[in-house]
Amino acid sequence: MTLQLAPPRQGSRRQAPPPRRMSRFDLKGVPYLLVSPYYALFAIFGVFPLGYTLWLSLHDWELAGDKTFTGLDNYAALVTDAAFWNAVINTLGMFALATVPQLVLALMLANALNKRLKGRLLLRLGVLLPLVTSVVAVAVIFSQLYSRDYGLFNWILSWFGVEPVVWQNEKWSSWLAISTMVDWRWTGYNAIILLAAMQTIPRDLYEAAALDGASARRQFWQITVPMLRPTLVFVVFISTIGGMTLFAEPVMFEGNPMMTGGTTGQYQTVAMFIVKEGFRDFQMGYAAAAAWLLFVLILLGTMINYGFTRRIRGAR
Amino acid sequence: MRNRPWDATLLTKVTLVFALVMSAFPIYYMFIMATRTNEDAVETPPPLLPGGHLGENVERLLATEDAHFLTGLVNSAIVATTVTVSVVLISTLAGFAFAKLRFPGSKLLLGLILVTMMVPLQQMGVVPLYELMVTLGWTGQLQSVILPFLVNGFGVFMMTQYTSQAVPDELVEAARVDGATTMGIYRRIIIPALRPGMAVLALLVFMQTWNEFMWPLIVLHPDNPVVQTSIAALNSAHGTDYVMLFTGTAASVLPLFVVFVLFGRQIVGGLMEGAVKA
Repeated sequence: MTLQLAPPRQGSRRQAPPPRRMSRFDLKGVPYLLVSPYYALFAIFGVFPLGYTLWLSLHDWELAGDKTFTGLDNYAALVTDAAFWNAVINTLGMFALATVPQLVLALMLANALNKRLKGRLLLRLGVLLPLVTSVVAVAVIFSQLYSRDYGLFNWILSWFGVEPVVWQNEKWSSWLAISTMVDWRWTGYNAIILLAAMQTIPRDLYEAAALDGASARRQFWQITVPMLRPTLVFVVFISTIGGMTLFAEPVMFEGNPMMTGGTTGQYQTVAMFIVKEGFRDFQMGYAAAAAWLLFVLILLGTMINYGFTRRIRGAR
Repeated sequence: MRNRPWDATLLTKVTLVFALVMSAFPIYYMFIMATRTNEDAVETPPPLLPGGHLGENVERLLATEDAHFLTGLVNSAIVATTVTVSVVLISTLAGFAFAKLRFPGSKLLLGLILVTMMVPLQQMGVVPLYELMVTLGWTGQLQSVILPFLVNGFGVFMMTQYTSQAVPDELVEAARVDGATTMGIYRRIIIPALRPGMAVLALLVFMQTWNEFMWPLIVLHPDNPVVQTSIAALNSAHGTDYVMLFTGTAASVLPLFVVFVLFGRQIVGGLMEGAVKA
């Protein structure tokens, strides 16, 4: 569950006398055999698809027909395709809408879980329960809670005299609904990860700060948050990949497999766009180009978030 | 000292109670809906106590032929179990080599895994993966959703870290001096020491595989689904039969909840241990 590369600890292996004839191969060859299953699978189902996606993205190919080399035409078309940019904006918008509250809530929750409490294990299991619920199930439950006529959310809103909202209809409402699905499933997990990191912060730091008269709030912002920076980077990184590839929630929210993300694409994500182009409209080359742009998007998102998270240390 | 930060304040307790209620409510609601009728489901406020209609909902779910729900459930169990066993095996083998054996290029190979953990393979590679499955004639068959998920860099990484901490180098050296082969060391020393870590990895991989949605939706046919795509079919064809949809959804998460209740302590421990190593 970590990103930082801690190189495997390698002890001093004294030269043991080889007691068998097999030993030379056993020491030099077997290690490669042990790692080979992973790399063999990785070559077939990892390297090949990525490389081939790049090659395909330079071709015009409709599933049944021939592949015609078209250079960068697919990319040129994508860059001017309003539907693609709509999907990009939806993906980024829902990502921001989901991630920011999620991080704040996870921090608060981790801080609360870090107190001296009875029933710790039960509390931790409780907040992890949403993670165990599959994404599709989460989407089914929340789509019902957001339904126009019988949904719990509209019922609660009606107390305040709000007319029933058709959550699928508008950009803001569909983004909000989908973001809450993401938040519900991931906040507890992020809180547990942050909690684990919080527990490694030396208590002396807090003791000293308390002696200096720092309030609990001040201690939280000046000790806890800066010390959590590496873990925050990790959490944001995981959220970025999840957010950029958002798929199951909007598809289930739409309720049919058309991949359009609402009548005017209010909540079509890039992953939905790829599946629609490739497997509904059979523009495989175009879908491949979109897949590569999605990857670029992930890289950009990761870099922006990394920069943003770095500033936390400076913010006092 | 009044302001020790680890004493629980009222705000803490309110936060935690709120979090627990928010976590549990949607799940509770799902199970309630599975025991109700569609007339109950459309009432406002929605029903919050269980009814007695679970049996008939299950019957109707199983009788809904176009969803192939039972097939989906069995297929998911087969796929998730196969992927879990394979990933744990592949990861412990590679983890052992990276953590305890010295061979040229090991750092580079391990680094490669970490870089590729950033790439969402299933989303980015859908088009070629699909063409590959068409070429092999595997579309609609379970191997098409098993094989791509065997590439799990996280598993190798986790087992590398776990092995380097759970097995002392001295033990490996002593076994070498006694004439043990590399595979002998793997079987007699590494595997026994790795059991707890393997269990956590197995649970995480099982959950992850059980949840896969996009790739099975593309490559499998509706008459031979996994449980997630079966629910998607229910949702699009019978979306107004709320209670049946919720019964299927509840059945799809029940296996995961059982595992979670049985091994919750280990899962939480494993997640937190992994996080600290960051």
